[in-house]
Amino acid sequence: MADRIVPLGEKRLMDVKLGELGSWLGKRDFTPNGVLASIRNGHDRYYNKYINVKKGGIGGVAMLLVGYVALSYMWEYDHLKHDRWRKYH
Amino acid sequence: TSKSPCLPRLVQLSHLHTSPNSQAPVPALPEKGGKTRHGIIPEEIFQLLYPKTGVTGPYVLGAGLLTYILSKEIYIINHETFAAACMGTVIIYGVRKFGPDVAAFADKLNEEKVQKAQEVKDLAMTSLAQAVLDEKKEQWRAEGRQMLFDAKRNNVAMLLETNRRERVHMVTNEVKKRLDYQIALQTLHRRMEQEHMVNWVEKNVVTSITPQQEKTSIAKCITDLKVLAKVQQAKATA
Repeated sequence: MADRIVPLGEKRLMDVKLGELGSWLGKRDFTPNGVLASIRNGHDRYYNKYINVKKGGIGGVAMLLVGYVALSYMWEYDHLKHDRWRKYH
Repeated sequence: TSKSPCLPRLVQLSHLHTSPNSQAPVPALPEKGGKTRHGIIPEEIFQLLYPKTGVTGPYVLGAGLLTYILSKEIYIINHETFAAACMGTVIIYGVRKFGPDVAAFADKLNEEKVQKAQEVKDLAMTSLAQAVLDEKKEQWRAEGRQMLFDAKRNNVAMLLETNRRERVHMVTNEVKKRLDYQIALQTLHRRMEQEHMVNWVEKNVVTSITPQQEKTSIAKCITDLKVLAKVQQAKATA
């Protein structure tokens, strides 16, 4: 099952065992260059799967918009708390 | 272990926003993007939950989540909810109705772009192929130059040969002239010697004939003639 020994810091997230999660997080590259690299990586993955295709559907853009809506809702939640209908849930 | 049946599904989840297309140089664009259900939920979630919860699993999950966030007022119903519902309706209606047409239009634009690029590429290819043919022709011509050199070499050889033969002729002629001169000289010598000798002998003989000898020779001639006449007469009468 293991074809070669991969150092812990370079394993993909889904290959990391639950107990190793802490040390895996510690080994990840949190320098600005590393953060930028991971952002670029994620962008490339999303872009090449949903947008950079011949016949892309609405999913590529729609998921981004839904994510934007959800994120902006979360950022405004403290302000929206005052519109709650009941005080105790 | 209990985790191993989930592992393939988790691995599949890790393909949530990845694609199997390799990043090799100039890969062809994939035809379709990642699949999404209802436009906003990636298909991988449904595949992930299918073994445990069947087809309705993700929908039940969605309904449960919705109930939870509504009841705990994590999502608050206010005037914006109404606005969002109206906008959502209009957007969904518009996408359903005009989606295919917009997609066809965009495809047509893409087609035109690709066709223009293809034309440029075809033009470049034909011109380059023509250039290759021309180059080959030039190489063939350069090979033909060898024949030209051979012909020129033949010409030069012939000129040299002609020259050599001319000179040989000249040499023989000159030698022959000199030899003829020598021969003529020798014959002249001999002839002059001969004539001189004959003249000298004649002169000597003539001077040596004394008058006395002349008389006796004439008398002898006369007697000889008389004898001859007598013989002749005798022959005539016999």
